Amino acid sequence: MRAVLPFLLVLAAALVLPHVTNDYWVLIATRAAIYWVLVSGLNLVVGFAGQLAIGWVALLTLGAYTTSVLVAGTVTPAVPPLLALGAAGGVGAVFGVVVGLPALRLRTFYFAMTTLGFATIVTQVALAWQSVTGGGIGVAGPVLPAPFDTSYGFYLFCLGLAALCTWMTANAAHSRFGRSLVAIRDAEVAAESIGIAKAGLLVTVFLFSGALAAIAGGLFATLQSYITPDAFTFDLSVLFFIAILIGGRGSVLGPLLATIILTVLPEFAAPLVAWSTFLYAALLLVIVLAVPGGIAALLDLGRRRPLESNRAIVPRPELLPGILDHGRAPSPILLRGVVLSFGGVRAIDGLDLTIDPGQVHGLIGPNGSGKTTTLNVICGFNAPEVGGVTLDGAPLLAGAPQTRAARGIARTFQTPRLIGEASVLDNVMVGGTIAGQGSFVESLLRLPRHHRDEAKAREAALLALRCVGLEMLAPVRADRLQHSELRFLEIARALMLRPRFLLLDEPAAGLSAEEIRRLGGLVTAIARCGTGVLLVEHHADLIFDICDQVTVLNLGRELAAGTPAEIRAHKEVVSAYLGA
Amino acid sequence: MLAAILASGLAVGAVYALIGVTYNVMFSASRVMSFTSGQLGMLGGVLGAMFIARLGLPSLLGLAATLACCAAVGVLTEIVAVRPVLKSLEQHLYVLSTLALALMIQQVTAIEWSTEPQPFPRLFGIGDGGPTDEKFWLPLLACAVVVVGLELLYRRTLVGRAFLAIAEDNFAARALGLPERNLRMASYALAGVIGGLAGFASGQLLLAFFANGSMLNFYGFVPVALGGMGNNRGAIASGLALGVFQQAANFLVGGVFASVAVFTVFIVVLLVAPQGLMGSPSVRRV
Repeated sequence: MRAVLPFLLVLAAALVLPHVTNDYWVLIATRAAIYWVLVSGLNLVVGFAGQLAIGWVALLTLGAYTTSVLVAGTVTPAVPPLLALGAAGGVGAVFGVVVGLPALRLRTFYFAMTTLGFATIVTQVALAWQSVTGGGIGVAGPVLPAPFDTSYGFYLFCLGLAALCTWMTANAAHSRFGRSLVAIRDAEVAAESIGIAKAGLLVTVFLFSGALAAIAGGLFATLQSYITPDAFTFDLSVLFFIAILIGGRGSVLGPLLATIILTVLPEFAAPLVAWSTFLYAALLLVIVLAVPGGIAALLDLGRRRPLESNRAIVPRPELLPGILDHGRAPSPILLRGVVLSFGGVRAIDGLDLTIDPGQVHGLIGPNGSGKTTTLNVICGFNAPEVGGVTLDGAPLLAGAPQTRAARGIARTFQTPRLIGEASVLDNVMVGGTIAGQGSFVESLLRLPRHHRDEAKAREAALLALRCVGLEMLAPVRADRLQHSELRFLEIARALMLRPRFLLLDEPAAGLSAEEIRRLGGLVTAIARCGTGVLLVEHHADLIFDICDQVTVLNLGRELAAGTPAEIRAHKEVVSAYLGA
Repeated sequence: MLAAILASGLAVGAVYALIGVTYNVMFSASRVMSFTSGQLGMLGGVLGAMFIARLGLPSLLGLAATLACCAAVGVLTEIVAVRPVLKSLEQHLYVLSTLALALMIQQVTAIEWSTEPQPFPRLFGIGDGGPTDEKFWLPLLACAVVVVGLELLYRRTLVGRAFLAIAEDNFAARALGLPERNLRMASYALAGVIGGLAGFASGQLLLAFFANGSMLNFYGFVPVALGGMGNNRGAIASGLALGVFQQAANFLVGGVFASVAVFTVFIVVLLVAPQGLMGSPSVRRV
């Protein structure tokens, strides 16, 4: 309820507004509502997925012209306005994907540039394609049918749509889709390991966002009553983009407030109108340099309570069977004859390795001996030149890390890769993304399957947190945790996959002696539930305490393999690695 | 017609190439792609027209003043928009901070200078608008000067070698005791000079117009993307090719479709070869 209250207050203020002010302010409020229809969709692209789409005005332009031209009937038979608005949404969805597609392959700055280039071109085409767009002279905007043909009626229409968009994007934000988008933004490598399909998810979001932007364009044309290419300056794009950043990434309320503020701001100081873009840009610079989290971060700071300073992580391994109830995995992971080099260096040089279910398998060796690279080969981040990895007799696809989650392989990272701005609970819930069954549309509209998915994921995440001993911190933002807690948090996230195999990359690094002991207990218990654990570690004590099997690597080759007792007595291992 | 296409194509291509080099010089020093690169080109034209046509300075003095101002803008970029976000490079905040600064520069120019394209003064008075007119060969001359100048700087001077060292391995260069911050500021000043020179030399071709900034931002970035980040030779070759391609398309199918064609080629090439045609593959992620 507390989360919904600010939205209701904004809505109430918007409903009261026409009765206490004049037509001019209704016009401004209408404009803010239309902008928000676009920004709410763009927010999923920029604020959640972190894709720097700076030229989204192109889709507003596209929607405005599509609606106007369809309604005017110059090219096609005249189409009723509301139908034209829907058609514009369809066109916008398609072009949203066209504009967004490069994001799947290109790095940040490249993507920003392609959207910028697209924005430039759409305006040029509108200017040159005179037979359809009227060129520089422009076309008349559509007029909606009664009762939406008065300024008050139109305002209510836009407001209703804006409210609907708020509701839908907030639903998406608090679903597995919203969490996955943020994971792609802040922890892309981890997102792949969890099994999040980046391409499919981004295309969905671009479809949705493009449709909303084009519908906003149609409404914009109605509001302007006459459109020319001049109406769609890049300044508008800047306004949309900056509203999201000022509002704060990963928030819905923040960008909503920022959109209202940025729309209204120039009205209070008429001389500022010429300088408004300068003002927006200056604001952007200040935000980026001083408050990268935007309004949302400020609101969050105000709500913070101090954390207990001498808290301890107390795992409860006895709860593990509640998650890892799949029994013993039937077959091992097999690496056969794996060779991989970086440039001239052979990181792995003909390695055979068998990771048995239900056992803790230690992988040790000096720095640069190929431990993490071996882990990356299993997880699909590095493709071996020779040899391969199989599980259940079927090969694990090389170079496709997003396929590992479905095969029951989970991992943690040498440097914890978590979403700092999300809560501990959300960080764990994102680990269960592939278990969800509802579609994006079901989440947008809060249909029953969405609720079922959410309830299941939440329950499983809380159980995983109890297992690793972090349940007290569930609502806290992950960037406030201590380093050791992040390590246990990664394990909790990995447990969400109910993994048949769990690969841990130096989980004890940076932990205190007591924490290492508890970690050891937890890892052993995970293996006793039937999960195969591969443990890459430097702490020899931990390795010898909990491992059933140990493989020692040196220069990418197996130097020795056997039980801890055998390894401890192995002459070469002692001289090369352990020391006397 | 072929002569006209080649003359104007190579001329605008030289400008794109120089803006590409501007991007590259900044990138080499800091691993940052800056949206102010195109604005520097725009400022070269606007400031040149202001100093020479409006304030009546002699051409040479006007050029010197323009380059000095652009160098200052380069340094300003480093201090305001780059240095504060260098610590968190992986968050790509520089995209936003340099975009903000670029928009501010553009908006101030629009308000204080003019929102209409203004003529740029004739410098030598050579040519009559045909393919041998100075407006066509000045950008090429500037491009040649920059290529030779950079080559001499990087190969013959200690400062140039230090630039290369920083570009190659920032940490190692600092460990050797190189004054990394000063060298970075010097690089940004150098980038400012190159961008300003591009704008000054192409003033008669592109006019002194505030909106050239975002245009050059895009068309100057295309050669960088095609040639590979930080690769100056790639940028020059791709820039000239881009100019000729664009002008040819311009003559053959008309202005709008020329820009659509450039955009399409840009996207297609990037999707096929995200590292650019001459770039190197990306580093490992885990």
